[in-house]
Amino acid sequence: MALFWQNVANGLTVGSLYALVAIGYTMVYGILRLINFAHGDIFMMAMYFAFFAISIFYIPWYIAIILVLVATMLLGMLIEKTAYAPIRNAPRISLLISSIGVSYLLENLATVLFTGVPRQFPSIGSLQNSLVIGGVTIQQLAIYTPVVMLILVALLLTLINKTKTGMAMRAVSKDFETAKLMGVNINRTISSTFAIGSMLAAVGAIMWGQKYPQIQPYIGVMPGLKCFIAAVIGGIGNIKGAVVGGLLLGMLEIMIVYAQPGLSGYKDAFAFVALILVLLIRPTGLFGEKVTDKV
Amino acid sequence: MSLLEVKNLQVHYGGIEALKGISFEVNEGEIVTLIGANGAGKSTTLRSICGLVQKSGGEIVYQGKPITNLATQKTVEQGIVLVPEGRRVFPNLTVLENLKIGAYLRKDDAGIQEDIKHVYGFFPRLEERHWQMAGTLSGGEQQMLAVGRALMARPKLIMMDEPSLGLAPLVVRDIFSIITRINSEGVTVLLIEQNANAALRIAHRGYVLETGNIAMSNTGHALLNDDRVRQAYLGKSEK
Ligand SMILES: Nc1ncnc2c1ncn2[C@@H]1O[C@H](COP(=O)(O)OP(=O)(O)OP(=O)(O)O)[C@@H](O)[C@H]1O
Ligand SMILES: [Mg+2]
Repeated sequence: MALFWQNVANGLTVGSLYALVAIGYTMVYGILRLINFAHGDIFMMAMYFAFFAISIFYIPWYIAIILVLVATMLLGMLIEKTAYAPIRNAPRISLLISSIGVSYLLENLATVLFTGVPRQFPSIGSLQNSLVIGGVTIQQLAIYTPVVMLILVALLLTLINKTKTGMAMRAVSKDFETAKLMGVNINRTISSTFAIGSMLAAVGAIMWGQKYPQIQPYIGVMPGLKCFIAAVIGGIGNIKGAVVGGLLLGMLEIMIVYAQPGLSGYKDAFAFVALILVLLIRPTGLFGEKVTDKV
Repeated sequence: MSLLEVKNLQVHYGGIEALKGISFEVNEGEIVTLIGANGAGKSTTLRSICGLVQKSGGEIVYQGKPITNLATQKTVEQGIVLVPEGRRVFPNLTVLENLKIGAYLRKDDAGIQEDIKHVYGFFPRLEERHWQMAGTLSGGEQQMLAVGRALMARPKLIMMDEPSLGLAPLVVRDIFSIITRINSEGVTVLLIEQNANAALRIAHRGYVLETGNIAMSNTGHALLNDDRVRQAYLGKSEK
């Protein structure tokens, strides 16, 4: 029974991490109708930022975290400004291709700058330590990750639903031109969307590094794909959907391997099977609205 | 005094010349209407004024200053608002939020609250439905919301692109009487209408736009009685 609960805790941790990264996909899609293929690589860069800040420059982790969040935010905004903003009015497919380009650029840039040698991700605070609850031994991370994720999601939903900035984001996501006619600054609104998505990916990256503490330039590819799938499962464009999709996918992966250890070699395939099933049964995802083309 | 002056404005869409150098002016406190057939360039004119369209020539002067190449956000800041063709309310925002986003650039919360009440006064239906997602409003209600939303910016110049489109005759009458009321409260109005008859009735002056050119201009009353206008736009035979 202890093993069962350990796996639940594990699934919850992985699921929360997926959720944090999936939100970035869903937000960018919501505002630009773009699947930002570079998002997984922004996640990877955040891991390197943390590695350099803590392991190379010996910056205390609580300061380093802030620096990493800010740096990742700036990276996301820079990518939007240079690779997406200039072709905003081009067909969607151009944006998509541009994001694939950025993805390759970041992966190769990381290989050149940081080499392909895997690095050890620094441990932060006591996150990797274990604790025993009712006879079940789990990592502290298993408590912190879902809590941090839920707090951030609550803040994000408040921002989007209750503030003027959030109202502008929702308006821009439906109609650029009319939002402009209201005096909304489209560029700034889109920029903030990338900033928020990238920052959440950075939080996910730091916690991911506590769980799987090895970094290399392609570390973002698989989590990136899976989180994109999580966003699609939840209904891309919908933030709550991304959270539920992430949690479901994380749980599914861990619990299937727990129930059928023989399948552990196929772990990474579950997400894709889940994606195919969702697309067949409910193409708009769990919480998705009907997909209509943008006016 | 002239609030808005459009001088020799030209607009091209790719190879098509949509506006071939039109000039007109709108004086402070006036209701001016542009009438013309489908595709004459009416919407293009309004969209150029608020910076949504690239101009290929000419000048737009507002309150004595050129605004030809100003970004849309800046023209809104200066008090020019557009009620766009086809309503364009934000379907995923509530009615109240749609009104609030109309006041996006304003900081005076008390004034905004006051103006929301004011708009509800014009359109009581919006108050009843303030919690509803704008996308689920009926077409006529959406049109009321689009007009109300524009008023929330406290504009000096309100430009309306076919505000009565698709409305029941009674509501059309309401919209026109509201336009006169807005105007009597000191807002200058530049109006486009398919319903040329009603527009000319309330307008001080009117311009007739024909495939990118101003073909005629006169007082609303004179145009209403002009034979050519009556034939071409009012669907009436000669007197
Ligand atoms: N974005 C665009 N790209 C290409 N051509 C355009 C574009 N917008 C308008 N046009 C063309 O410019 C001309 C003027 O269009 P505009 O929308 O200004 O007409 P309008 O007078 O408002 O007509 P209506 O009464 O039908 O609304 C039309 O021939 C139209 O096809
Ligand atoms: Mg038009």
